[in-house]
This record gives sequence, structure tokens and C-alpha cells, in this order.
Amino acid sequence: MNVAIVQTKPRKGKYRENLHELREVFAQVGSEPVDLIVLPEAALTGYFLEGAVYELAMDAPAFADDIAAAWLEPNPKKDVDIVCGFYENSDGTYYNSAMYLQISSREVHIKHVHRKMFLPTYGVFDEERFLSRGRHLKTFDTRFGRMAMLICEDSWHAIMPTIAAVKGARILVIPSAAPGRGIEGGDELTSIVRWRAILESIAAEHGVFLLYAGLAGFEGGKGMTGSSRIVDPRGRTIVEAPLLGASIIRATLDLREIDLARATLPLLGDLNAVLPDLLLDEELPLPRPSAGAS
Amino acid sequence: MTLPIIEPRQTDFTQPPAINPALTAQWLEAFLKDEIVGGRGIARAVVGLSGGVDSAVTAYLCARALGPKNVFGVRMPYTHSSPSSLTDARLVTEAIGLNECTIEITAAADGYLSCEPDADARRRGNVLARLRMLVLFDQSAKLNALPVGTGNKTERLLGYFTWHADDSPPVNPIGDLYKSQVWKLAEYLGVPKPLVDKAPSADLEANQTDEGDLGITYAKADAVLTRILEGYTNDQLVARGFDRSEVEIVRKRLDGTHWKRHLPTTAMLSNTAINEFYLRPVDF
Repeated sequence: MNVAIVQTKPRKGKYRENLHELREVFAQVGSEPVDLIVLPEAALTGYFLEGAVYELAMDAPAFADDIAAAWLEPNPKKDVDIVCGFYENSDGTYYNSAMYLQISSREVHIKHVHRKMFLPTYGVFDEERFLSRGRHLKTFDTRFGRMAMLICEDSWHAIMPTIAAVKGARILVIPSAAPGRGIEGGDELTSIVRWRAILESIAAEHGVFLLYAGLAGFEGGKGMTGSSRIVDPRGRTIVEAPLLGASIIRATLDLREIDLARATLPLLGDLNAVLPDLLLDEELPLPRPSAGAS
Repeated sequence: MTLPIIEPRQTDFTQPPAINPALTAQWLEAFLKDEIVGGRGIARAVVGLSGGVDSAVTAYLCARALGPKNVFGVRMPYTHSSPSSLTDARLVTEAIGLNECTIEITAAADGYLSCEPDADARRRGNVLARLRMLVLFDQSAKLNALPVGTGNKTERLLGYFTWHADDSPPVNPIGDLYKSQVWKLAEYLGVPKPLVDKAPSADLEANQTDEGDLGITYAKADAVLTRILEGYTNDQLVARGFDRSEVEIVRKRLDGTHWKRHLPTTAMLSNTAINEFYLRPVDF
């Protein structure tokens, strides 16, 4: 499986210009064999939009048509799958979404749209002021096996990749937009160190490939930390993009590595066995049928 | 049997914040490129050179980001400015090859102040600071450049600046760095030693020093500010080793100057009040 992650550095709010540039990037990416291309959260608009999100959000089919056209124009008759983050307008309800798109010369098929569930609304973040929460974490089957998408903070909650893995996901795709901070020590921003630890831990715990696409560029003083990466099922980063600037990383993945990693460290199998007991624990604050319900 | 006891390594809670200067310089260079050239389509910067370490660091960062020939250092002395301010500012322009000009503000300032002979030192200082900003913005228009701010986080948090003067340039690379971090960054960048070593001064009055005005050293103020912003109360800070009088100096200045870190208060009358309901990011 040939994967390319395109780390975009969009001009704020200039969707059409950014889409035009994406066409050129797709020409470059398509010149080598590629099966799946992953782009970041808010890849073609920039992340911090405030009220302008209502001007730039699109319905999923229109966004799919734009992405497909950007791919097919320089790469006619080449099949590819693309994941891209975008702000979604679903009949007047707005989401921070990621789309999994299957493109062939015969059809453009939206395989799945994941709507970000954990909307950061603290400090510099203000997502829930403008957007609604997604309500479902779904896995979906692709020609490369079962996958799930998580968007940025979704992946900071251990339960999200855990549920995705228990539901059978073998590849987690994570579009993200992470403003960097923390210059106090070490050779890297502390936020980057934290991200790497989380992502490598997820991959190693569940034996999944993890495809992380980070947005790049400064937005009103807040610098997005790029650092797109591919992590193998043993929790090792096998390729990583720079912190700054637009770039492409690519790798050929042997999906049998997932089974080998799980055989060596069968944590997911253990979890599958124990999870029912954990979830039936009555001390958990889970919604339950009321006693008198009929 | 006696087992070894292992406890956390103690860190000094009262130290000023650390910085990795190489990482910070790289990040701020990218910031200046993106925000000035990428975001605004401007290739040049104007920096007011006071002879102090903040403006020197800003000039060095601009030179790294834009190239020294695209950076214009402006010295703006008033009649009683310290002569060393001028010579120290020149050390910066000579060290990195900036364009330099000197614009005396004495005539302009005295022209106004002659109508206000009773103006005290505070008012006179504000007049000088606002005149300097007038010059910087006008020079920027003349040079097709962007004024770049030089205010650090410590003075911003303590309100130790003139509102709508020092804080008015549209881009500021060091506004989230405490003064003690600026010093370390200056050493890394190679800012001439006299600027790093000298006592910081607004140089609005003769023999003025920042630390004299504030009643606390920058090192202490930075340490206290760091912990206050992390959420610690005065009592907690004293319990963990800070001097109460120093904590109170910092807290009082911080709490008394929140207004200086905001745009003007505007009466809201509609569902489209700017920056209340009508919200667009600065780079949109």
C-alpha cells in the first residue's frame, strides 16, 4: 500500500486558490504509484476561521467533487483514495469533518465522513462556539482493510482509538491542525513531543498503522506544527515531515505488519476479552435503561 | 531491611522560565516570514531601535527572516535621551548590516509640549512614546514596510508600556517571551554584549531604569508572573518560596492593567457588534 501525506500550508480563507495549488501537488504525487493520500484538518481553508467558517463550509458532495476534479485533472484514469479535512455545512449544521473519498475514472464515492467529536474549546481554541459535535465514531471498510478517522483532539482521548481498534480498524487516519507551543526545554516544542508520544503509543497499544497529517503555517501568530508522520503497528515513526512548511511524505506499507505486531504484543486481543467486563461495571457513568422503563 | 527511597527531583519553583533559544529563533523566523511576507505580501520591516535588548533581538530576528537589507532600523532620540542609546543602537545596525536612519523627535515633541508646560514626567514619556510610533508608521508607509513590535511579555503583563504606542505594530515576534527569555535569546543571536548587559531602561527620563520603576528585578517578576499565569494564588506562591511583597507588586500591576492588553471598549448595540458577534480572524 503506497501512502502519501500532503502537509498543506493554505492561505487563510482562499479556498479556490488553495484548491488550484492542490492540483499541482496532486500532479506531483500522482507521478509515482500512490493508493491513499491524506491531507490535514481544514486543509484548504486554514484552521482558525471564527465566524468565517459559515462562509467557507461546504456540503460533502460539493467538496468531494472539488477534490476529485483536482486529482483527476492531472491524473486522468488513475484510481486513488483521498482523506481530507474540511469544514462541513450539513443543511445549516456545521462540523469540523474529514472525508474518505474513493476516486476512479468511473465514479467518485464518499466512503465516509467523520465529524470531529472532541471540539477543543479552551485557551486558544474556540471550536464549539462555531461548530457542532459529531456523534459517531464509525469504522469503514476500504480496499486496504478496515479504517477509522479521528480528527486532532479526537486522538488525545485514549478511548477514541481504543474503540476504533476494538471495532476492527487496522489503520487510523488522523487529519490535524495543532498550534505549537512550549519552548522551555529540549530540542523540540513540548507540544510536538506530546503529540509524538500519544501517536506512537496509540499505534503500539493497538497494533495499527497510523497516518497523521498536520497542517502547517502561521495563522495570526499561531504556528501550526506540521510534523505529519506515519507510525507503524509497533509504535515506530517510520517517516516524519518537518515542523514548518508544506511538504509531502510517502511510504510503502506492508499491511501484514499489523498481524505480526499483534502476534508479538497481543494487547488488542486482551482488550477484546476484558472490555465487556469493564463496560458492564456499574460504577461507570454510562447511560442505562431506567429501572421502570418498559 | 532498609529499602532505598526515591523521590522526585526538586526543581526550583522560584526560577524564571527557561527557553531553548535555537528552537525559539527558528520558530520566530518562520513566524516573521509567514506573517509579513506570506500573510501581508510585504518584504520589508521597520524596527525602532532604542539601544535596548528587546529592539535588538527583534532586529536580529527580522534580519534572519527577511534579510538585513530589508530591515530598517530607526533611531528616534529626544534631546535628553541617553547618548549610549544611540551608540548601542548603532552597534546593532553595524553588526548585522541593517539600513539605519536617525530621526530626532525633539522638535515635534517640544512643539506640542510647549503648549503643556505643566505636563509631568508620565505625560511627557507617553508623548515621546506615541511620537515614536507615529514616526515608525510613517516610515513604514514611506518604505513600503511593516512596523514590527518590540514589546516583551513581562512589560505587557505589567502594563509597563504606553498604550497604543509601543504595543501598536501589527506584528510582534517577542510578545510571548519574558524579559529573561529575551536576554537568553539575545545571547544566542549574538546581540552585542553591551546591550545584553546593560540595565534595561525606557529612557524617557534621565537615569531611569525599568527595575527601579517597577520595584522588582525582571528575573523575580518573570518567575512570579509565570506562576500567577499558571493559576497559583499569592499565598501559594509565598508558601513555595516567593517574597510576599514581590508577589504583591506583580499581582497589583497585572490586575491593574488588563485594559491595556485589549482594544478599546466599544458599546455593543447590535447582533453584529465587531469582535463580539462579527468575528473574523486577523489573517482572514
